Amino acid sequence: MPKTQAAGYQAGVKDYKLTYWTPDYTPKDTDLLAAFRFSPQPGVPAEEAGAAIAAESSTGTWTTVWTDLLTDMDRYKGKCYHIEPIAGEENSYFAFIAYPLDLFEEGSVTNILTSIVGNVFGFKAIRSLRLEDIRFPVALVKTFQGPPHGIQVERDLLNKYGRPMLGCTIKPKLGLSAKNYGRAVYECLRGGLDFTKDDENINSQPFQRWRDRFLFVADAIHKSQAETGEVKGHYLNVTAATAEEMMKRAEFAKELGMPIIMHDFLTAGFTANTSLAKWCRDNGVLLHIHRAMHAVIDRQRNHGIHFRVLAKCLRLSGGDHLHSGTVVGKLEGDKASTLGFVDLMREDHIEADRSRGVFFTQDWASMPGVMPVASGGIHVWHMPALVEIFGDDSVLQFGGGTLGHPWGNAPGATANRVALEACVQARNEGRDLYREGGDILREAGKWSPELAAALDLWKEIKFEFETMDKL
Amino acid sequence: MKTLSKERRFETFSYLPPLTDRQIVAQIDYMVEQGYHPCIEFNETANPEEHYWTMWKLPLFDCSSSQRVLDEIRECRSEYSDCYIRVAGFDNIKQCQTVSFIVHRPGRY
Repeated sequence: MPKTQAAGYQAGVKDYKLTYWTPDYTPKDTDLLAAFRFSPQPGVPAEEAGAAIAAESSTGTWTTVWTDLLTDMDRYKGKCYHIEPIAGEENSYFAFIAYPLDLFEEGSVTNILTSIVGNVFGFKAIRSLRLEDIRFPVALVKTFQGPPHGIQVERDLLNKYGRPMLGCTIKPKLGLSAKNYGRAVYECLRGGLDFTKDDENINSQPFQRWRDRFLFVADAIHKSQAETGEVKGHYLNVTAATAEEMMKRAEFAKELGMPIIMHDFLTAGFTANTSLAKWCRDNGVLLHIHRAMHAVIDRQRNHGIHFRVLAKCLRLSGGDHLHSGTVVGKLEGDKASTLGFVDLMREDHIEADRSRGVFFTQDWASMPGVMPVASGGIHVWHMPALVEIFGDDSVLQFGGGTLGHPWGNAPGATANRVALEACVQARNEGRDLYREGGDILREAGKWSPELAAALDLWKEIKFEFETMDKL
Repeated sequence: MKTLSKERRFETFSYLPPLTDRQIVAQIDYMVEQGYHPCIEFNETANPEEHYWTMWKLPLFDCSSSQRVLDEIRECRSEYSDCYIRVAGFDNIKQCQTVSFIVHRPGRY
């Protein structure tokens, strides 16, 4: 029996909402769901704009074409099934769109993003558009392998249990010779850090070619490991101009016996990242993911992609660590939202909770979790809050907070490690880190001169814990 | 200013002063509260590449008393005083090890 749309071909432009606004549709378990925040241009009704988003991110084009009639549009079209005005904001709405599974290639984040956040973001009928969240159906999740190893395998490989791990980015970010750089790494690691990190800007510049850096860093790792008896790592940045060069650097890191390498997933792209993640899984090398360029995409409230979507995409594409903000010192709203996407990175099943920015319940079907990395502008006085907020499955990275210690890197590292262990011990003993954090650090400072010097140099931070409860 | 001396370390809590028995009990209470199964292990050496230390008996499944774990630690200490001893914790829901901390070093205590 012919369908209504097949009754005859009529050339011309028709309203998107006639085809793509389907308020009676109940999403299927296999649909990919997306939540967009949008503002239509003046004169464009919200339903028409929402339908336009569904159309332009799936099967639609601006005009009717006869070849539409050769396909089963109802099977392939994106469906805008719900629109709600955003409270307190004029001319702003959330649109919920369901995409059928068949629209996407298996195992390709690149394909998903090209579809969903492609041309539609420049679409004229929409003044601004932001992708707030995606629900990946289990059927699609199962076509990805995700993190090369995941949180638990990393702990087992590195023998680190029951506490967050500690890291530090080596500074200055540009200009050190490879040997001087390796010395800074060695001093940090022998002082008690678990990891040091290449700055994202460091790839292979004239002052420090990648191969030289890898060699001297490997020396630093082997020496600090032999001296301390603990497993050490350095995120060797393999981000490069071509995928072939990236792989070459990764291979050399493995040859040197290095446990972990690093990649910038947004500037390098998801295709490169997914290839590298597969290589890491096959070769037993952990993968640390940096997120340069993310703020260009996720910072504006009304246009772009929220970081929770980028984080979920990274979990699919593959990475064992991902930078995810520090919370401390930022707005309260950020805390709820950060903890929302940290859960999306680490947990297996996350319930929808709009107060945390989680629009959809997400089931990862046992895909390994990604370790959140808190890095940037933090020092020992932040330690109690960081341990409380992020818990054990996290990497806390103190760059200036290690290298800026008045006695140098190794004592700076020890100060952080002592502070961390004192906080974890106190938390396990039932003490309240928000309220007693300062006392816990001062008590430890009495027997650790390294910590005492750090506490003296940086200023104590007062936390306003009242607002924490509102969330 | 001080130079940091070279010292062997033993992962979690090895940058704190050696835990007293009372402090060990507090950590075990926490483990039991989390539903982890405690396990005692010992070894002659403590090298980073050695994943397995020898188990002292079996993990203490269904252990509700931290004192019982401490008694086992003491027994292990007296029998293997020349070894390193640490306490591990297993989470059977997550199906993995979640805890490890050092409770004895040769020639210490």
